[in-house]
Amino acid sequence: MNKFEPKIVLFLCNWCSYAGADLAGTSRLQYAPNVRVVRLMCSGRVEPYFIIEALQSGADGVLVLGCHPGECHYLEGNYRAAARMVLLKKMLGQFGIEDDRVRLDWVSASEGVRFASIVNQMTEAVRALGPFQGQETQEVIYG
Amino acid sequence: MGKLKVALYWASSCGGCDIATLAIGEKILDVAAAADIVFWPVAMDFKYEDVERMADQSIDACLFNGAIRSTEDEHVAKMLRSKSKIMIAYGSCAYEGCIPGLVNLFSMDSVIDRVYKDSPSIDNQKKVLPQAKVTVAEGELELPKLYGTVRALNQVIDVDYFVPGCPPEPKTTWLALEELVSGALPEKGSVISHSGKALCEECPLPKEGKKVKKFYRPHQIIPDPKKCLLDQGLLCYGVATRGGCGAMCPQAGMPCTGCYGPVEGVVDQGLHFLTALGSLIDSTDTEEIARIVDEIADPAGTFYRYSLPVSLLRRAKTV
Repeated sequence: MNKFEPKIVLFLCNWCSYAGADLAGTSRLQYAPNVRVVRLMCSGRVEPYFIIEALQSGADGVLVLGCHPGECHYLEGNYRAAARMVLLKKMLGQFGIEDDRVRLDWVSASEGVRFASIVNQMTEAVRALGPFQGQETQEVIYG
Repeated sequence: MGKLKVALYWASSCGGCDIATLAIGEKILDVAAAADIVFWPVAMDFKYEDVERMADQSIDACLFNGAIRSTEDEHVAKMLRSKSKIMIAYGSCAYEGCIPGLVNLFSMDSVIDRVYKDSPSIDNQKKVLPQAKVTVAEGELELPKLYGTVRALNQVIDVDYFVPGCPPEPKTTWLALEELVSGALPEKGSVISHSGKALCEECPLPKEGKKVKKFYRPHQIIPDPKKCLLDQGLLCYGVATRGGCGAMCPQAGMPCTGCYGPVEGVVDQGLHFLTALGSLIDSTDTEEIARIVDEIADPAGTFYRYSLPVSLLRRAKTV
């Protein structure tokens, strides 16, 4: 009975991806109920700190959706998000944290179907990984 | 008022902090006039039993350098806490875990193998490993146990003040000693430094706020000594590091590596720097952006050189 249901924190930008999520809702699209939405003005506002804090606070995955490249309301916020995400993912690899736990992608205001599809993909990817466990709880002692 | 009683101790550290306490120069004579040193293993002959016999709270202040990596470090830290009125985490190891804390990226097995079996400078054909206990003619000898996760001092005991730096600059040490001797100490939990703002605020190199196409490591370019190093593509950590040291490294052409810890109010220094770097890339092509930042060889070691044990993630998953 104890089937694992991943908790995913979903950061959405005010201008594109939130509107895309809204469209998915008004279009009555079905998608996985595992995401918890946090609406921000821009994907460039998503500090890597938020992502790690979410994972450490009980999220099993973090999804960040912004405007497509070239379409950012603030011109370059999503490029900043992209650069941070590449660096963060490389670093998380060194910490032994799976690549699929964190994802950045683009959804425009007219892409309700794409929004639902990315949320479903992310949910299945995190479900396959299992619950997020941070640092080892079992302390290793030598001697 | 009588003379202050001061203790100094080194746990898991390189010894540089003990030297840094002497780097205040002739002012050490003023310290000697105001304080008696009751415990300082690196410089004077004391035994742990001497400290154990002292009454609780009988030491006025303890300058504790070094991270907590072994049962011995932890034992002495707890003992000195109960004997001392004021506990000061002195230097980056005690404050944030520092270089010893980088071991949190590795498993205990890989550390032991590297140090005692695989290191090219080791000749250990019989694969002898350190044992907790060994019996010799004189009796049984015991070694402290080693923890797989290094901790900063305040993750083990209550700490009153923090002095940043790897090692702390003489003027920072002197600021802490002055505050201690005069009794004009700041609020408990304060980091004692001349600045709480980013190092860039006091760095004299002119900043143009340029964006970069390529990041360099220090050996790859000879930087223009009259320009901001970050503008030139060197990973200078000044934007995310507390000032107070005087910015000597960037002025000598070496990028700041972040040893004074996070600026006031920031929890995770590494992620703070990572965030700043994300804004510096001069490209609007996501593939090119990925290529530029991918050249940063060791993000975890670069961003958390001094603060891994106190970061949000604290250690890597290694099992």
